Amino acid sequence: MDGFTPVSGLLGGMMIGLAATLLLLLNGRISGISGIVGGLVSPGTRRGAGWRVAFVAGLVLGAFSYAAAAGGLPGGVEASVPVLVIAGLLVGFGTRLGSGCTSGHGVCGIARLSKRSIVATAVFMGVAALTVFVSHHVI
Amino acid sequence: MSRIIVALFAGALFGVGLVVSGMADPQKVIGFLDFAGDWDPTLLFVMGGALLVTMPAFRLILKRPRPVLADGFDLPTKSAPEARLIGGAALFGLGWGLSGFCPGPAVAALSTGLTPVLAFVASMLAGMAAYAWFFDRPDNLRSPVGARVPGGGPEGGG
Repeated sequence: MDGFTPVSGLLGGMMIGLAATLLLLLNGRISGISGIVGGLVSPGTRRGAGWRVAFVAGLVLGAFSYAAAAGGLPGGVEASVPVLVIAGLLVGFGTRLGSGCTSGHGVCGIARLSKRSIVATAVFMGVAALTVFVSHHVI
Repeated sequence: MSRIIVALFAGALFGVGLVVSGMADPQKVIGFLDFAGDWDPTLLFVMGGALLVTMPAFRLILKRPRPVLADGFDLPTKSAPEARLIGGAALFGLGWGLSGFCPGPAVAALSTGLTPVLAFVASMLAGMAAYAWFFDRPDNLRSPVGARVPGGGPEGGG
């Protein structure tokens, strides 16, 4: 497990917040990654997919460029591929059903003091913590 | 065209932020979610840092009649949490806890080219497509993507 890194955490968090601010101020859009990516595989929102593709491309390129400059991305995924496949389905379906993920609800929704986002964030963080507790300490 | 460039730049800044903060590392995320283990509170600082910027900024931005480059703000319009929101958040939490990946970091981690990341993202897209197939058809008005609300909208989910 990595150590506690509050400074880089705060700094990285502020970059995420600034990115969300720019997208709202200039394009009028919420930086919800599940919504942006989900729109690409939803027939209802295929119109105007250009900005979604651009945002996702930027996300991958930004992460890649920074990691390359800073000496490699953090590696290692602990979960096995079958678990990751099940988890991926749950994350994909769940974020769309619940109208958002960590970015949409956790960063943008809470910033607007949305009751829905506060409730959703409490639920997904609580269930995720419970899942880690059961999978790491019970089973 | 300018909106595409903004989206590309915002995505890149978001991606750098995910790597700098440690969110792109699923083991670090698990370390945050593992309250009973060697708990790493870093992610509280990530979310705090983001909210430190978005809370005051969103408040100011949504006072504007419209965004700089578009006709209106595209915001969620619902205000009350309902069973669907809570059920979806619970399913997401289960998947997040099992993998350490939420959508943003998973997409950013595609840049590693690692097979487990590719498997997760492919599966996540399948889950999203399944949702769209069930609930988000063009003839179905239950789309979670909010209506366009000129001049900023009422509260609602993200």
